[in-house]
Amino acid sequence: MQDAGLTPRLALHDISKRFQSVVANDGISFSVEPGQVHALLGENGAGKSTLVKIIYGVLEADEGRILWDGRPVTISSPRRARELGIGMVFQHFSLFEAMTVLENIALGIDGTPDLKELADRIVAISRKYGLPLDPAREIHTLSVGERQRVEIVRCLLQNPKLLIMDEPTSVLTPQEVGRLFVTLRQLSDEGCSILYISHKLQEIKELCHHATVLRGGKVVGECDPAVETARGMAQLMIGAELKQLVRRVGTTSQEPRLTVANLKLRSDDPFGVDLTNISFEGGAGEIFGIAGVAGNGQNELTEALAGEVTLHTPTTILLDGKPIAHLNAEQRRQQGLCSVPEERNGHASVGEMTLAENTLLTARNRLGLARQGIIQRRHARGFAKRIIENFGVKASGPLALAATLSGGNLQKFIVGREVLQNPEVLIIAQPTWGVDAGAAAAIHQALFKLAQSGAAIVVVSQDLDELLVITDRLAVINQGRLSAAVTTAEASIDQIGLLMGGLHGMDHDKPAEGAHHAV
Amino acid sequence: MPFKMEPRQEVSRTVVYATPVLAVLLTVISGYFLFLCLGLSPATTLYHFLISPTLTFYGWSELCVKAGPLVLIATGLAIGFRANVWNIGAEGQLTFGAIGAGGIALAFWNESGLWILPLMCLAGILGGMIYGAIPALLKTRFGVSEILTSLMLTYVSTLGLGILVYGPWRDPQGFNFPQTRMFTDSSLLPLILDGTRMHVGILVTLAISLAAWILMTRTIAGFQVKVVGEAPAAARFAGFSRNRTIWMSFLVSGAGAGLAGTFEAAGPVGQLVPHLTPGYGFTAIIVAFLGRLHPIGIIVAGFLMAISYNGGEIAQVEDRLPQAATGVFQGMLLFYLLACDFLSRYRLRRISARREVTPS
Repeated sequence: MQDAGLTPRLALHDISKRFQSVVANDGISFSVEPGQVHALLGENGAGKSTLVKIIYGVLEADEGRILWDGRPVTISSPRRARELGIGMVFQHFSLFEAMTVLENIALGIDGTPDLKELADRIVAISRKYGLPLDPAREIHTLSVGERQRVEIVRCLLQNPKLLIMDEPTSVLTPQEVGRLFVTLRQLSDEGCSILYISHKLQEIKELCHHATVLRGGKVVGECDPAVETARGMAQLMIGAELKQLVRRVGTTSQEPRLTVANLKLRSDDPFGVDLTNISFEGGAGEIFGIAGVAGNGQNELTEALAGEVTLHTPTTILLDGKPIAHLNAEQRRQQGLCSVPEERNGHASVGEMTLAENTLLTARNRLGLARQGIIQRRHARGFAKRIIENFGVKASGPLALAATLSGGNLQKFIVGREVLQNPEVLIIAQPTWGVDAGAAAAIHQALFKLAQSGAAIVVVSQDLDELLVITDRLAVINQGRLSAAVTTAEASIDQIGLLMGGLHGMDHDKPAEGAHHAV
Repeated sequence: MPFKMEPRQEVSRTVVYATPVLAVLLTVISGYFLFLCLGLSPATTLYHFLISPTLTFYGWSELCVKAGPLVLIATGLAIGFRANVWNIGAEGQLTFGAIGAGGIALAFWNESGLWILPLMCLAGILGGMIYGAIPALLKTRFGVSEILTSLMLTYVSTLGLGILVYGPWRDPQGFNFPQTRMFTDSSLLPLILDGTRMHVGILVTLAISLAAWILMTRTIAGFQVKVVGEAPAAARFAGFSRNRTIWMSFLVSGAGAGLAGTFEAAGPVGQLVPHLTPGYGFTAIIVAFLGRLHPIGIIVAGFLMAISYNGGEIAQVEDRLPQAATGVFQGMLLFYLLACDFLSRYRLRRISARREVTPS
């Protein structure tokens, strides 16, 4: 694929990396040309993160060679990577909330920069690439999209020749995504290569010049995304025919199963979001979506609905007419309300415990996995086994430690654990966050089936495409307020996108940029 | 700084169990040089220190007497440590438990009956629990660090015991020595074997170890403790209350320490004296970690500590080893244990100074 006479910016030759028994990367070779936007596609556990960490010097490869501008290099640390001209924007930002943009960027730069000069450079770069940023603002006042800009500008200050972006659009509104693409294309035109990791095939088609597909730690295919169909790429990625998701026909419900009325909650966290007068209903058989850009109160709302935070007025939340707002998470589960928090590790599961033990977190009372405080180990193992089988979880068995599962498999296990309890109401946050297409389809199918059995499901997600596919009705959360619900089939993506980003900044003196440049 | 610590990718189970063994080995090696520096014959001293205590049956019975309270306290502490509740004040809870038990023994000094001993145990347990409840209350109500409160309360209870044995509880026939009357037979623990000092408290301790093991592996309460310790957010999600876990940890570890205090007062000591133990409550912290917070591991660790106590005494007599050397020896053990533990989870990596582009 290498043009004659053109030296690739980055070339990987037979990169392998093992973690004890697991082979994360197995003889991976590909190259990125100068100015190329190169997509790295693959399921969770396909080895994308490991590979990217090797390129960025976080991990060391066991075997293989890396060529940088044609010369062999050893990238021993991220610092070395930056010296070579490699920048990386991580999926999860590493910014200090209480510090300013300038301070955060200064901290991430090797050596001690002159702050005044740095501020000027930040402004200059942000102007040049259409990434408006005020160096003096504190991080906690920024929207997620603006925070990402901080990370990107931080990379651009080092004049990178290769920019690695890990799932950059998962936290952005559709309008912000459009603006990001403009920036990335500009960088590409100037000769900066971009390694773009995403599971959103449509975006890859739109943006990328070339795609390398990984599966099981190996390169299984290369393609030109402009030519290849999204469906074809997905099949390459999961190595099987993709099951067609059937768009559900909205079921009309008479009796609401879940009623939330005027939910108000002050956040304990100084950077948290206060919830204001949130009201909505979820009917039997209905999947209700809550869209919104990250950091607008989703975590607070999910915790309040799940019972991790209890409220004073019991009638704020009604489950089949019963007041439950004063009950804790386990008491609500016993009434029939199950939940899946956004964070898989350490919240929905305990990594250092076995899958069987992890079933006890939520199913110990509902399924009798413990009686009179004594753990019924056979039952717990049996239930874990049932989840593994029904949801196709790749794990060595019920006694596998949760930490040994890949993200997608762990998510399938967690969703399976709740769905197989047949709850009356299920609250689920980010059901397919960072999950591969195959697992996402399995999770969506499970949610459909649960809804068909008469449960009400509330999905809180930042993935608008997902909500448009699976929900019957949806509302948008913005700065702790919930918009009126719209029927999904009648909603337009622009309208929702504007609700997500557009209202943001109405009560700010400094409006977010996305709002004004939108549409 | 040419070095930095970075977390290891994975920690194997073998390493987890090998670190205590390695720590003991390193302690022995360092002990060798310590004794050498003190001008002693290191081999002989180490022999007296580590081997002599285990050579006779009586030696073993004495190890049981020493290991008993250490294991009992450490078993209780380990439950709290699993939940990241740091009760450092077991010595104080032990003392307060002994005060409770001793109070009963002295109050019924003129009476005899099988009910006295169980009542003393109950008073000892309650004493330990009440004393453990203070840091628990301060932690759950006001967020005060339990490490500080539990540690400082130790001195309060030791001084409290002092007031009692120097004052109102002093033996009227005791020639003004700061000690209470000797307990009567009704308030002394029966011996398992005549000619030794092994008392039934040791059997009770074994039963409690077994109970703790069942609690931690088979019950929701034990599961709750582990979840709260490992993943606080998951605990909230599971509906486990953090405060309740803190309370449970302090009450259980306080009860264990209080009972150990009772066993000391009603066992080998037989009365209340100003300093009831050679710091069992603190040594038990080492025992708990040396035993990997596992009830069975704690029993092994308890015996190891007992050897260092008894061996230290033998070495003091035979080789004129200073008493402080025993403390140094135990301190080294804890130091190496923590160091090995840390290094099993992190590794020291040399940061290469600006390596130029090199062919790989």
